[in-house]
Amino acid sequence: MRQSIIQWFRFASPQSFYPLAGRMIPWFWAAAIIFGIGGLWISFFVAPTDAQQGEGYRIIFVHVPASWMSMFIYLVMAFWAGLGLALNTRVSGMMAQALAPTGALMAALSLWTGALWGKPMWGAWWVWDARLTSELILFFLYLGFMALQAAIDDPRRADKAGAILALVGVVNIPIIYFSVKWWNTLHQGSTINLNKAPSMAQTMLWGMLLMALAFWMYSIAVALMRVRAIILERERHTEWVKHAVE
Amino acid sequence: MTARKLLRAGFGHNWTMLNVSGLACSRGERRLFTDVGFSLDPGEWLHVQGENGAGKTSLMRLLVGLSPADAGEIRWRDEPTPSAEFRRDLIYLGHHAAVKEDLTPLENLLLAAALDGVGLDEGTALAALVRLGLRGREDLPVRVLSAGQKRRVLLARLLTRPALIWVLDEAFNALDVAAVRQLGDLIAEHLAAGGMAVLTSHQPLPVPGGKTLVL
Amino acid sequence: MNAFLATVRRDLLLALRRKSEVLTAVFFFVIVTSLFPLGIGPEPVLLKKIAPGILWVAALLATLLGLPRLFSADHVDGTLEQMALSPSPLGLLVAGKILAHWLLCGLPLVLLAPVLGLQFDLDASTLGILTLALLLGTPLLSLIGAIGAALTLGVRGGGVLLALLVLPLYIPALIFGAGAVEAHSAGLGAGGHLSLLAAMLALAGFFAPWATTAALRVALE
Repeated sequence: MRQSIIQWFRFASPQSFYPLAGRMIPWFWAAAIIFGIGGLWISFFVAPTDAQQGEGYRIIFVHVPASWMSMFIYLVMAFWAGLGLALNTRVSGMMAQALAPTGALMAALSLWTGALWGKPMWGAWWVWDARLTSELILFFLYLGFMALQAAIDDPRRADKAGAILALVGVVNIPIIYFSVKWWNTLHQGSTINLNKAPSMAQTMLWGMLLMALAFWMYSIAVALMRVRAIILERERHTEWVKHAVE
Repeated sequence: MTARKLLRAGFGHNWTMLNVSGLACSRGERRLFTDVGFSLDPGEWLHVQGENGAGKTSLMRLLVGLSPADAGEIRWRDEPTPSAEFRRDLIYLGHHAAVKEDLTPLENLLLAAALDGVGLDEGTALAALVRLGLRGREDLPVRVLSAGQKRRVLLARLLTRPALIWVLDEAFNALDVAAVRQLGDLIAEHLAAGGMAVLTSHQPLPVPGGKTLVL
Repeated sequence: MNAFLATVRRDLLLALRRKSEVLTAVFFFVIVTSLFPLGIGPEPVLLKKIAPGILWVAALLATLLGLPRLFSADHVDGTLEQMALSPSPLGLLVAGKILAHWLLCGLPLVLLAPVLGLQFDLDASTLGILTLALLLGTPLLSLIGAIGAALTLGVRGGGVLLALLVLPLYIPALIFGAGAVEAHSAGLGAGGHLSLLAAMLALAGFFAPWATTAALRVALE
């Protein structure tokens, strides 16, 4: 037991995590590409045209996985942040920092595809739908996290401050989501809702699943690449980095 | 004296009051110091010396628990710091004035004591201000006082807040000859009563004895 | 507990010596709410409808205006360091500072809101609900804002960053605060909104001083 804990903690040091991450990255990229090709093939060629929404609905194969990822990455980020605060492991803070841009990208992608979908469906680029509004607020939370980390010079302090913010954010996200939903039902009554989409065909579900897996693998690969860059930057004065770069 | 009263709480022990070992600190990428260690027992004081940028202030902040050390341990009364007990026994005066410009010296002392949860009556506070040469200034806003006088308001806390260990960072700066002597006397009295002190300074200090640590 | 009250007394005394800083936020609140009718037009029905939203957004911004000062003055002159090393728990002192901030920046807004509501032709019972919602909501704004103020303490461009961090977190307070008044006007009853505001206040009252204290310790390192 004790032995395995020590093994586990070994990877908490940047020096041993760096090569491990390097070995994992190609695999995640390969998985992302394979799942992506499969998912896109199903979503463009296999899934049937929707009776009500025509071909335009196919954008949900990007929109829905992006929304899932944007929410999930915030949770993962808060998890690493909390771990970093509790155990004082350096890699945790770096992981949180590396995940934030990908999460923000997913939120932005979700908003953008939502707007593209909304134009033919609702006749407007933007409607104050509860999900879109929550997604927008989530995007702001990512921006706040990244701005705070960028504004603090000392990386250790930046990690800790970012961690506190991420934890405060994670407590707030359900409250925000709930309040926006309440506000939406009070004001709009019945509009077309993303979750009221007509029951999905089996093939659509498969396409969505494959796309979600592709997004997962992509996010992990990119986060690992970014964390490697952050490790090199922060540890550039150490001996092992000088060796690793040569 | 107050230090003696606080000391009684740990009477009959066989450990040193303050024990620091293996302390290391870096600022950004620069290693400031490694493996710093010392210990203090009642009546002893430590003079921390070093060039500008050697890490004297960093050591002080580490010691009082404002910033975390890269490595090493600080034990007070045989307990790792920061502990509630350590904060009760400690008084730290840093580079900052740590007084409110819009309040009078008397208000500053009384409010600081109230925040610390330490009882302080106006008579004692006034006596402390008078002892530090601020007679007649107690009801002026601190804003109008000179830099040296502001420093004396802060130093008056040494008299109004009972503490066992004084950590004073460059406390002799901006003081005139008379005030330097007064502060020296205060520290000597504190040590004689069983107190401890850690001081940084570039000049030789008007306090007899003491250990030396060069960073 | 004495240390808590002493902190409140100290911050109130300091504000009393510098009245202008408190008054700025209050005037800001008055001016912003008065600007909306000028921008939108004097149509009474429309103004009556958007009044709660305007008053709430203005209250949000006015609170935000006072937040950077919450810890920065104490940080600059070193008294915050002394608080962090004080025998009294820092969380207690921080809670005292937040209460003082609300008394100085939040309570005046609550007291002014009924008067400003008259500008928008709100009736007496609606004004009552508006004031009650602000009474529950403004302490919430101070509590959440304190976390942001502590996180951005001593950071470059702290004021703008503070707005970016804190405003998204203010959204639930805004929704339920302004929603309470609207629900009342629509004859739905404001009870649900107000209880949710109170629940959020209780939650924030418990967690925010703690998170603020953690953030302050990080800022002091």
